[in-house]
Amino acid sequence: MSQALRTPSGGRINRARTVRFTFDGRELTGFEGDTLASALLANDVHLVGRSFKYHRPRGVLTAGPEEPSALVAIRRDAARVTPNLRATEVELYEGLVAESQNRWPSLKLDVGAVSGLLSPFIPAGFYYKTFMWPRRAWQWLYEPKIRAAAGLGRAPEHPDPDSYSNRFAHCDVLIVGGGPAGLAAAHAAAESGARIILCEQQPQLGGSLLSETDPGAALGDGEWLSRTIQGLMNHPRVTVLTRTTAFGYFPHNLIGLEQRLTEHLAQPDPRQPRERQWQVRAKEVLLATGAIERPLVFPGNDRPGILLAGAARSYLNRYGVLAGRRAVLLTASDEAYRSALDLHRAGVTIAAIVDVRPQAAGELPEAARRAGLPLHTAATVVGTTGRLRVQGIRIQRLDAQGQPQGAAERIACDLVLMSGGHTPSVHLFSQSRGKLHWNEALQAFLPGQSPEKARCAGACRGIFSAEAARRDGESAGALAARDAGLAIGAIIREPPLLEAAGAAVPGELPQPAGRPAIKAFVDWQNDVTSRDLSLAAREGFRSIEHIKRYTTTGMATDQGKISNLNALGIVARQIGKAIPEVGLTTFRMPYTPVTFGSFAGYARGELFDPVRTTPIHDWAVHEGAVFEDVGLWKRARYFPRNGESMHAAVNRECQSVRTSCGLFDASTLGKIEVVGKDAVTFMNRLYINSWTSLAVGRCRYGILLRDDGFVYDDGIVARIAEDRFHVTTTTGGAARVLAMMEDYLQTEWRDLSVWLTSTTEQWAVIAVQGPGARHVLEGLVQDVDLSAAALPHMSVAPGRICGVPMRLFRVSFTGELGFEINVPADFGAAVWEAVYEAGRPHGITPYGTEAMHVLRAEKGYIIVGQDTDGTVTPDDAGLAWAAGTRKSDFVGKRALERPVMHGPERKQLVGLLTAEPHVVLEEGAQIVPDARVTPPTRPIGHVTSSYYSATLGRSIALALVRAGRERMGQTLYVPMPGGNLSVQVVSPVFYDPKGSRQNA
Amino acid sequence: MLLISCPYCGERPELEFVHGGQAHIARPGDPSACSDQQWADYLYRRDNIKGVHAERWRHTHGCGRFFNALRDTTSDHFLATYKVGEPPPAQAQAQAQLRKATT
Ligand SMILES: [Zn+2]
Repeated sequence: MSQALRTPSGGRINRARTVRFTFDGRELTGFEGDTLASALLANDVHLVGRSFKYHRPRGVLTAGPEEPSALVAIRRDAARVTPNLRATEVELYEGLVAESQNRWPSLKLDVGAVSGLLSPFIPAGFYYKTFMWPRRAWQWLYEPKIRAAAGLGRAPEHPDPDSYSNRFAHCDVLIVGGGPAGLAAAHAAAESGARIILCEQQPQLGGSLLSETDPGAALGDGEWLSRTIQGLMNHPRVTVLTRTTAFGYFPHNLIGLEQRLTEHLAQPDPRQPRERQWQVRAKEVLLATGAIERPLVFPGNDRPGILLAGAARSYLNRYGVLAGRRAVLLTASDEAYRSALDLHRAGVTIAAIVDVRPQAAGELPEAARRAGLPLHTAATVVGTTGRLRVQGIRIQRLDAQGQPQGAAERIACDLVLMSGGHTPSVHLFSQSRGKLHWNEALQAFLPGQSPEKARCAGACRGIFSAEAARRDGESAGALAARDAGLAIGAIIREPPLLEAAGAAVPGELPQPAGRPAIKAFVDWQNDVTSRDLSLAAREGFRSIEHIKRYTTTGMATDQGKISNLNALGIVARQIGKAIPEVGLTTFRMPYTPVTFGSFAGYARGELFDPVRTTPIHDWAVHEGAVFEDVGLWKRARYFPRNGESMHAAVNRECQSVRTSCGLFDASTLGKIEVVGKDAVTFMNRLYINSWTSLAVGRCRYGILLRDDGFVYDDGIVARIAEDRFHVTTTTGGAARVLAMMEDYLQTEWRDLSVWLTSTTEQWAVIAVQGPGARHVLEGLVQDVDLSAAALPHMSVAPGRICGVPMRLFRVSFTGELGFEINVPADFGAAVWEAVYEAGRPHGITPYGTEAMHVLRAEKGYIIVGQDTDGTVTPDDAGLAWAAGTRKSDFVGKRALERPVMHGPERKQLVGLLTAEPHVVLEEGAQIVPDARVTPPTRPIGHVTSSYYSATLGRSIALALVRAGRERMGQTLYVPMPGGNLSVQVVSPVFYDPKGSRQNA
Repeated sequence: MLLISCPYCGERPELEFVHGGQAHIARPGDPSACSDQQWADYLYRRDNIKGVHAERWRHTHGCGRFFNALRDTTSDHFLATYKVGEPPPAQAQAQAQLRKATT
């Protein structure tokens, strides 16, 4: 029969709208307004999943986001499978497809449950203890097996097709929680003139009142709830966000909100974002996050059909669902009696109320007695029965000392309601770095002072009754508005009215001496039992943070919402300390899991990162260039012709540069204009070189160190005028070099009159390199004499090209006669095309970064960051000649004076030639001095650059090798999987060591 | 994300700024007069303060200026921001001590 456990009437579901769904392929129905959990329970389905470690059958435990147990995957299509959703939060929609997790081959027959049989042998810290040795077995045995057996759910196998939105917002008061306290606070603050954002994780406002059959009775005001909600919805200063979880509290009152927009829809509009993540900066934050019921810890407390008492009451009153037919209530507080009374009225047989306390004399226990419900005080639970569903419990009486005695009595039931009292939800408050104080009467941690502008109201500060929480919210809301700067009169906030009725001592229920409880679960999601915690304490763990990590209690995605306090109680008892002395583990964000998609937001695909392109980019695209990413830049890597391979294209491009002429887009080079009367002093202090002697119109290869003496950047620096330098940096280093320059200028050398301007994107840089370069430019350049005498290697001249203003550099990163034409970026493409046309009779060939790398390596020119790694000095790189020896100081000079910076064992840049000329070494490969050594051994260096050189007809490599310059001619070895490769140490300059070509 | 008050631009979100390490560590005027140990201390030794810490920030995606700030590392609250060359405001220090004494 369909929905056998649905009540004939009542609840907040829409009985006119039947909703069909499937669970593990089984077709079921529920009503609009159901959660997946309530609909499953209405169909008498309690078995929902298998547990993490022992694969124990598990069911629905709670009715809210704290659910650790009923975790399911929701499948829309192959790409839209969301694992580990809490069935208690999943809103039912037509056609919903839900699947259980962590079971094989089926939920009812799970092979993995065998590890449950072995469970006495899987104690706390099992992974640490058992799998330590042999270490190699981790790779092929332990890790794959553990990974297969553990974990919850499976990630979807396709890219996420949904879109996600981000939004920033500001408000006077952000209110988290739409229960009686939050609603009253929002109303009061809005009436005071504050701009409000109210967020509520559930689809409806009302909080705990939604689980009352008559919310008006709970408040003494029948219309309050609907009137307040209506008022807030229509209020011009109030933004109400439902289905929105405040997942994180960040410094300076920034709160992360996760708004679920389409999860509840049967057929979402594909144009609508699935979720929206809000970053709300609030002047004041008001937390009305409620409280969470604590389970009781006793043997076999995890069977399907064992629920929190308040959850069962929610299912009845809110969803019209009876969670069973014959129930037992286990409690340590009066409050939970409400559940038994409500279920009794709805027709459920209450087989017993088992109250751990010696007496139960309050109003609610009296009502239970009047209703004739069998009440056992001073009793405990020593076990449960049932495999896939609870079938009974065994209880034992407690003597005056609270010890179980006498024979156990079995009570048959198909539903167990338990309640250990309520734990205030202080997660967000604690994330705000607010201090918590232990309250002995409530047996709970309550919020104290926060360094942030945060305050709490209602159950999250221990004020549990709806009416008291409403009044507390009202005054808190007005206070928040006042503290947000709104002028309002005096506000009186009553001291919290703490009702101790719900206070059970956290921990484990009493068990017979000498019979320690087994399978008394504390943490449902991570399968941690009271025995695991006791064992950890016995093994000497004292810090709760260590015990948490050792046992993994509270470390699952539920973050121990229902388990932390019980774990603390058990540990405290075991080590003989009070709970507040043991302390509390840190609450971390997110409060409930947040999808990665919402963090990524719009920043995916083309919007993931900005893309930087040069003025010549479109031309290169048109010419069929293959691009590579260099930082954010797109750079042409090579220009294949007629389906050439990269290797063939690079060989051709290199040979063109060496024999005729090549054309290269160097626009990505970082460029900084250093201007001012103290520009030369500034450059002298910063770079290792001497700049005083650099004449206007000349260039120098500059090296920049950090003050630790290691190479940071390099580049050509031209002196444009006495007080003006055109500094170039590496492509990737432009921003950090400018930042470093600004740092020294603004903070250390404030006496200098210098201005720095990034001109990277203002200049297009067109490199024309090769023996034919001068001929190509002759007809295009005006106002500059290109002859070697007038414009020698390493000089610069202003002029015009194609009528456009230009800085013409005579420089070479290839070792050939070379020019770098700098023109304003807007003219870059036109000048490039003009140079290309003029060069065609001379065989001009565009080349990319790959050929550029080969050409520079043939000349032994380093690339900072490839041939250096942050531990390389100028001397290590063979560049000591660049340092201005007469300078008393420059950045890095003092560090270079330390003996260790020029000791004999330093790694130095050398060239390597493989014995086999066609073998190209792998960059990053290690180098050893002896062919016979076997790992582990200490390498003496590594390959930094390695290419095939078409010009030389063989491979070449650069390497950093310990005492490398003393090893010229030596044979070293590069161990590779196929065996050692032997290499000879040579000069890093492979081509034209005298430099006659670039001086032509 | 912190809210940081640039002395030149006013309050801006942290993502416009870059943290620059501990403040008020001057580069020695004559580095060659330093011993190796003194130089190593200048390069590497930094305080790791629980409490009020003077630190450098740069408003990189704004005015580009470096400035200093006093931040309480236990609460992430800024007690003051001030320009390079100015001494740390004593008033803020006092406030911080007062706060400590009362909590
Ligand atoms: Zn600024």
